[in-house]
Amino acid sequence: MTWSATARGAHQPDNTAFTQQRLPAWQPLLSASIALPLFFCAGLAFIGLGLGLYYSSNGIKELEYDYTGDLGTSNCSVCAAAGQGRAPPPRCSCAWYFSLPELFQGPVYLYYELTNFYQNYRRYGVSRDDEQLSGLPSALRHPANECAPYQLSAAGLPIAPCGAIANSLFNDSFSLWHQRRAGGPYVEVPLDRTGIAWWTDYHVKFRNPPLVNGSLALAFQGTAPPPNWHRPVYELSTDPNNTGFINQDFVVWMRTAALPTFRKLYARIRQGNYSAGLPRGAYRVNITYNYPVRAFGGHKRIIFSSISWMGGKNPFLGIAYLVVGSLCILMGFVMLVVYIRYQDQNDEDEE
Amino acid sequence: MEQEPAAAEEPGSPGARRRRRRRRREGRTRTVRSNLLPPPGAEDPGTSVAKGARRRCAGTQHLADNRLKTTKYTLLSFLPKNLFEQFHRLANVYFVFIALLNFVPAVNAFQPGLALAPVLFILAVTAFKDLWEDYSRHRSDHEINHLGCLVFSREEKQYVHRHWKEVRVGDFVRLRCNEIIPADILLLSSSDPDGLCHIETANLDGETNLKRRQVVRGFSELVSEFNPLTFTSVIECEKPNNDLTRFRGCIVHDSGKKAGLYKENLLLRGCTVRNTEAVVGIVIYAGHETKALLNNSGPRYKRSQLERQMNCDVLWCVLLLVCMSLFSAVGHGLWVQRYQEKKSLFDVPESDGTSLSPITAAVYSFLTMIIVLQVLIPISLYVSIEIVKVCQVHFINQDIELYDEETDSQLQCRALNITEDLGQIQYIFSDKTGTLTENKMVFRRCTVSGVEYSHDANARRLARYQEADSEEEEVVPRGGSLPQRGSSGSHQSVRIVHRSQSTRSHRRTGSRAEAKLASMLSKHTAFSSPMEKDITPDPKLLEKVSECGRCLAFARHQEHPLAHLSPELSDIFDFFIALTICNTVVVTSPDQPRQKVRVRFELKSPVKTIEDFLRRFTPSRLTSSCSSVGSVAATKSAHKAGSSFLSTLPNDGALLGLEERLGPPAPALASNGYSSGARGWAAECAAAREPQPEPEPEPEPHSEPQPQPGSGPEGELRYEAESPDEAALVYAARAYNCTLVDRLHDQVSVELPHLGRLTFELLHTLGFDSIRKRMSVVIRHPLTDEINVYTKGADSVVMDLLLPCSADDARGRHQKKIRSKTQNYLNLYAVEGLRTLCIAKRVLSKEEYACWLQSHLEAESALDNREELLFQSAMRLETNLHLLGATGIEDRLQDGVPETIAKLRQAGLQIWVLTGDKQETAINIAYACKLLDHNEEVITLNAESQEVCAALLDQCLHYVQSRSPHRAPKKTAGSLSMGFSPVYPPSTVTTAGPSLSLVIDGRSLAYALEKNLEDKFLFLAKQCRSVLCCRSTPLQKSMVVKLVRSKLKAMTLAIGDGANDVSMIQVADVGVGISGQEGMQAVMASDFAVPRFRYLERLLIVHGHWCYSRLANMVLYFFYKNTFYCGFSASAMIDQWYLIFFNLLFSSLPQLVTGVLDKDVPADVLLTEPQLYTSGQNREEYRPRTFWLNMADAAFQSLVCFFIPYLAYYDSDADVFTWGTPITAIALFTFLLHLGIETKTWTWLNWTACGFSILLFFTVALIYNASCATCYPPSNPYWTMQTLMGDPVFYLTCFMAPVAALLPRLFCKALQGSLFPTQLQLARQLAKRSPEKLSAPKGTFAQGHVPGEPRTEPSEQRSLRASGSFSQDCGSQASWHAQQPACSPEASGEPSVVDMGVPLREDTLLEGLSGQTPGASSRGQVVLEGCPGYSRRKPTSTSRAAPLSSIFSLPSFSSLSWISSLSLVSGLGSVLQFSRSGLQMGKRDGEFLASRPQPDQDLRGLSGQTTDCF
Repeated sequence: MTWSATARGAHQPDNTAFTQQRLPAWQPLLSASIALPLFFCAGLAFIGLGLGLYYSSNGIKELEYDYTGDLGTSNCSVCAAAGQGRAPPPRCSCAWYFSLPELFQGPVYLYYELTNFYQNYRRYGVSRDDEQLSGLPSALRHPANECAPYQLSAAGLPIAPCGAIANSLFNDSFSLWHQRRAGGPYVEVPLDRTGIAWWTDYHVKFRNPPLVNGSLALAFQGTAPPPNWHRPVYELSTDPNNTGFINQDFVVWMRTAALPTFRKLYARIRQGNYSAGLPRGAYRVNITYNYPVRAFGGHKRIIFSSISWMGGKNPFLGIAYLVVGSLCILMGFVMLVVYIRYQDQNDEDEE
Repeated sequence: MEQEPAAAEEPGSPGARRRRRRRRREGRTRTVRSNLLPPPGAEDPGTSVAKGARRRCAGTQHLADNRLKTTKYTLLSFLPKNLFEQFHRLANVYFVFIALLNFVPAVNAFQPGLALAPVLFILAVTAFKDLWEDYSRHRSDHEINHLGCLVFSREEKQYVHRHWKEVRVGDFVRLRCNEIIPADILLLSSSDPDGLCHIETANLDGETNLKRRQVVRGFSELVSEFNPLTFTSVIECEKPNNDLTRFRGCIVHDSGKKAGLYKENLLLRGCTVRNTEAVVGIVIYAGHETKALLNNSGPRYKRSQLERQMNCDVLWCVLLLVCMSLFSAVGHGLWVQRYQEKKSLFDVPESDGTSLSPITAAVYSFLTMIIVLQVLIPISLYVSIEIVKVCQVHFINQDIELYDEETDSQLQCRALNITEDLGQIQYIFSDKTGTLTENKMVFRRCTVSGVEYSHDANARRLARYQEADSEEEEVVPRGGSLPQRGSSGSHQSVRIVHRSQSTRSHRRTGSRAEAKLASMLSKHTAFSSPMEKDITPDPKLLEKVSECGRCLAFARHQEHPLAHLSPELSDIFDFFIALTICNTVVVTSPDQPRQKVRVRFELKSPVKTIEDFLRRFTPSRLTSSCSSVGSVAATKSAHKAGSSFLSTLPNDGALLGLEERLGPPAPALASNGYSSGARGWAAECAAAREPQPEPEPEPEPHSEPQPQPGSGPEGELRYEAESPDEAALVYAARAYNCTLVDRLHDQVSVELPHLGRLTFELLHTLGFDSIRKRMSVVIRHPLTDEINVYTKGADSVVMDLLLPCSADDARGRHQKKIRSKTQNYLNLYAVEGLRTLCIAKRVLSKEEYACWLQSHLEAESALDNREELLFQSAMRLETNLHLLGATGIEDRLQDGVPETIAKLRQAGLQIWVLTGDKQETAINIAYACKLLDHNEEVITLNAESQEVCAALLDQCLHYVQSRSPHRAPKKTAGSLSMGFSPVYPPSTVTTAGPSLSLVIDGRSLAYALEKNLEDKFLFLAKQCRSVLCCRSTPLQKSMVVKLVRSKLKAMTLAIGDGANDVSMIQVADVGVGISGQEGMQAVMASDFAVPRFRYLERLLIVHGHWCYSRLANMVLYFFYKNTFYCGFSASAMIDQWYLIFFNLLFSSLPQLVTGVLDKDVPADVLLTEPQLYTSGQNREEYRPRTFWLNMADAAFQSLVCFFIPYLAYYDSDADVFTWGTPITAIALFTFLLHLGIETKTWTWLNWTACGFSILLFFTVALIYNASCATCYPPSNPYWTMQTLMGDPVFYLTCFMAPVAALLPRLFCKALQGSLFPTQLQLARQLAKRSPEKLSAPKGTFAQGHVPGEPRTEPSEQRSLRASGSFSQDCGSQASWHAQQPACSPEASGEPSVVDMGVPLREDTLLEGLSGQTPGASSRGQVVLEGCPGYSRRKPTSTSRAAPLSSIFSLPSFSSLSWISSLSLVSGLGSVLQFSRSGLQMGKRDGEFLASRPQPDQDLRGLSGQTTDCF
């Protein structure tokens, strides 16, 4: 007759590890002795990573030029001055000359950058109609209310593409010319304007409305272009695969930037002689200056950038890793001091 | 009994019906008629059938049927009702408001439908929980509703099975033995010949004893089958109410006669029929109108402290949210202003072309921000906490160490929402009886005629039970706490150890198992464990008993048989007779209803009239002797043949015929005829017995050892008593072969050694009441034919009622000596914590009796203040008593109570005991359970009036204050007014001053609780280590709790078991009911129900702590989690889905798991280091400071999580969601890591939950981002996650940001952990480093000893060895006590006498005081003498001391603490003040003991010695 042999009561709880809260558990104790190796290991790993990142980021070359034209800093100031205060700014073009002393390692990407442009402004950011952009005919005729006041034109026609984002489409354009020899002729460098948008955006998210009689123009009949636009959406490009809603510039623009200072990919240079990069020599960038940014204190920049495994130039990550790593090491040392003193105390206590 | 209905009856009322109508109009009474009657129209031709039917409808419609419905909702009403209830919670309303805000286009941040999702989810979860609860309620209702019972059916003219729910008011219900009563039923018929019925009300008020119910007057004569069809009477009674102790009404018979109905006639729903074969009754109240259900208020809603604080912090969060929204709104306004004029390209004008004014924009922005930042308010906090609490409750319920095998009950959590309050308790208010003690009375020792019988064997037996219990305890936790070693293996080894201890261990386990089995088998009898039943008799006393039995057997036919006995033997004889019959114990056989087959020699009721008396007390020797002879013969033959008595009767048929003849007429009707009949039968009986051999002269059948109780047929007897004390005494008497065999309401049969069965004619029973504090029976002695009064009562009362003995003659002196000796023993018993009862006897002459009877009958028939008159009548009878002896009954402490109290103390809990018991008992129990310690000063407050109380309080406060700063105790003795009798011995100035305890009685408490005094009282009570309130009423109990709760702002816990604790349990923050012995009432009111007091320790210290720390951490974490997001303009960079579901789905599970499972310190460490509990009391884990620190940390972390991706993606082509998604991911990782830092125990569940969270996030993100290219406006993160997964920068940021965010926290935690570790952390370290160290002290705890007493074991062993020499020691011991002058009855009995409110007492009291003060002051001298004496006596051998200690060592006492408690005797009942502090328990205790039995040593000197010499 032992207690375990007696009949189990009806209400007796189950004696399992779970119900009795006896699950095997790892019980870490946060103290200097545990944190010490942790800090040192993390610190070393971070510093290592940080160094790697820093150097790989430093290997990336960037060349940028602010062509806003403030205060006559560049030859675009003429255009800037001309556009001052005029509602649709007049067509104007200017150029940027630069020379490369050595090969600009490819592949080279051409970006434009806007500053102080709040694409993430809430009212701006929601002012679009994704259904319209995905080529839904009904949405084409009846843009979503979010697009207001760029929903319907003054004539009452539906605007396509509707909304503030589309209305504010960046419409400067660039062409790159290379002068192989000093004084030689400028040869146009082929800019690959395709494949600059996300594949899914270009192929899935953005679709033209179904063609009417094989014509895109007819498909868009009965719609009005956004007020700021000079030409309708189906004339954005002559390439039928790059016009309408699937115009790559347009698609890129419609992916709204996160921060008020942003760059967007304009083109890639990877064709012909330039696939390895930009060879040394003098270059000229012809800019058609349309986009008015000076009104709100914005700047426009043009940027050539090479690219590495981790994307564009980004010194921050490397630095951040280094900083965090060294912080870890520092804390580790503090810990060490504490640990040594504490250990002594502890020994005394035990004795 | 007739008066009240008679008064209610109007004189000229012709019939019942008109009156009934009038009553109904009044609406204050209820009329019940039999449902079997045809509609009244048929019965009364005067009224039309239609009218009758209508009236019947009207009559029954408003009466509830017996269907039980405790559900809150029906299928239809569930949704609206539940929603309505949920919206009582402000948070829900808030979240719905936010969600609705999303429907306003100008401010919407999310897809409106989506925004509703979390709220709906939360509501749904809560609704589901409610639904489930309601469903389980419904199921239990259904179960109860479908219980079956027998209801008389009109159609079938017999009883048929019906469900409970079909029982209606007016139905006739037939109940058999052990059936539960389905409704409140008026008892109309019982199978019991006396029309009695016994019910057990444990389900209702928790009292396990049997209550007697009586058939309605006028029906009791219907012993034969009661026929419901002929029942035409109408019952009028009061409206349903919840007063269990009251029922008034009357029954109106057809003849127009009325009879009153009282609660004795009512069987209450939920009770159980016992000892009665069958009863029939009519349903009076059914269903929800029954008293049981009206008393059941159901669980209440209590809000926990943490929740209150949390709500406050939620409000802070709201404030923070508003501030942040305001800030960003202003910023937005400025921004809009700045850019608007410039016609920026990204500006979106209004639809009419005008641009938005900055102010409007700011307002919109504000609203939008509130929506976006709603995550700041933890929406799922409430739901999560509820889930966690439910899980915690489940775990508490499931804790096997809170499971009581004996009663097969586990802990019940009845309140779901205050689990964490268990971790913050500061004050415990405890009931005494049944809570600290088991409420199982065990006969321990007795003194008869001035001789003490210490019952050593009995003590040892009890100690064995105790040991067995503690052994048991040791085994269970060991098996439970060391699972990794293979629990079965450890059990095996333990078992082997047990076996190797051979017989002893066998006995233990055997006894334990036996006890368990017994309690399981017969749960309905309170008094059933062998521990209580098998009393080992004291050999000396047993010898004397059998000797006196022999003498009596010889002398039984002489004129005065008792005169042949020596006074001592006759006292002994009377003593046992009194033990056996002076009670209301009912004798039953187990598993059978009370036998109807009974030997009824005389069918007599108690004396009702003087004529009756005269008739009965004319020479009737013949009957009694005949009956005794017959019974002896019967038992003898029963012994021989092993068959029942009836079978040996030659004239069975004659007897039955007689029974039949005698049965029907009621005693009141035909007393004449039947008494003659009885006499005739007695003669017949005598004739029938004549040929049988006379057994008396030959003692041979009895000289052989008596059959052990429990082996013979009479061992089958079971005693059921109203109070456990009574049963204890009856069992004790049985141990001396003085067995109560049968009890009818007019006679008692006792089986005696050598004498056989004696039948005492029971003339009167004067029941126990709390004012008289005694009970008496008046019997006619069959041997002497004298009328004897046996009285049993509290010593303080009985001692005063004794026959004053003159000091002149030798006999008187002898008596006096006996009395003082007895008083000494009583004091000794009291010191031991025994409940004392004095047994006394009075012999009445016939004239005296007749005289008294006259007045008694007058009193009985008096119209008004009958109670008063009866009381006085009883007082008249119970005077001039002859003291027989006294008994000491142990109200055994529950297992582990002292240890639990010690632990709880260590845990920083203040324990107050509020009891209704008398002061002495309470103090003794308090000492026994270590609530009071002998080296602490006890302040006793007994005040007679308000002023006195105020003065006393002032004085005590002065004393306390003067004492605390410079530790110089002032002697305030003598200067105090009456009632407060201070005997402050000059307490020694020690390094650690003795702590204070306060004892206060009910009356003083009433004064102290007055408005003007309560502050002082509280202040005083706060200074004291423990507070003991005696004689407090339930109301006072609750007032004390309320006072502490409101004035001290402390968390209070009340624990109790009986109905008298209900109010206190309800008032306290946490109410705990003991679900063991005393049934359900306390449990019903409680938040937690534990089977035993000792489980409180684990409940509080382990579960309370865990619950608190878990919840506190969780709440903090929630706040942390929700402050995470940093506002950014008014557009969210984080996708709406992530934002909305983040809290709900991705990050809630790990946290729930942690909230449910985390253990900061293992249970065994918590139990060994109870002081860890203080962290909860001080609310260390969740304070405003920690809240704000956490918020600051969260702010920092959110900044890191924001700026690292910000800088990483600065100046890049990242779009909003390519940037926002990493932030979400980082946030998730940071949460999990943070949780990882906070989690103290990582089980596989934690790992799984974390993994699941991450996995869920990525899965949801991937699926969501791939699912639809154009859905989910306004955000559209199509393919973002997929793109990010290919981007190394994403991984790099996700890796670094959480680390960077958590660096400071980790650093601080680690530093703090090693530099300033908290107690908890130290405990964890301890637990981790040396798990084996912990198990060692645990073992000693489990054995039931506080660590300070390692000496107990050896001394007990010694006692066993040296028990042979104890008698001699006992003698010296006795003489020593006899010479103790301070212990006169007056001196020690004072405070309780004062309670009686007899003004006369004041004088004696003052005398006693003045007598005592010099004694107190002389103490110093004695001490001075004592010290050298002590040192001289040092060489005395210790072997002599050992048995002494053994005699007095209680099972739960160490010998040493007992010895110091001896010093109590001198000042019992007055102010006790001892400082035994610094008393070392080393080898000196033996030496000290050696000095004790010095005959010339004054006890005070001894106590002085204890206080001063060490």
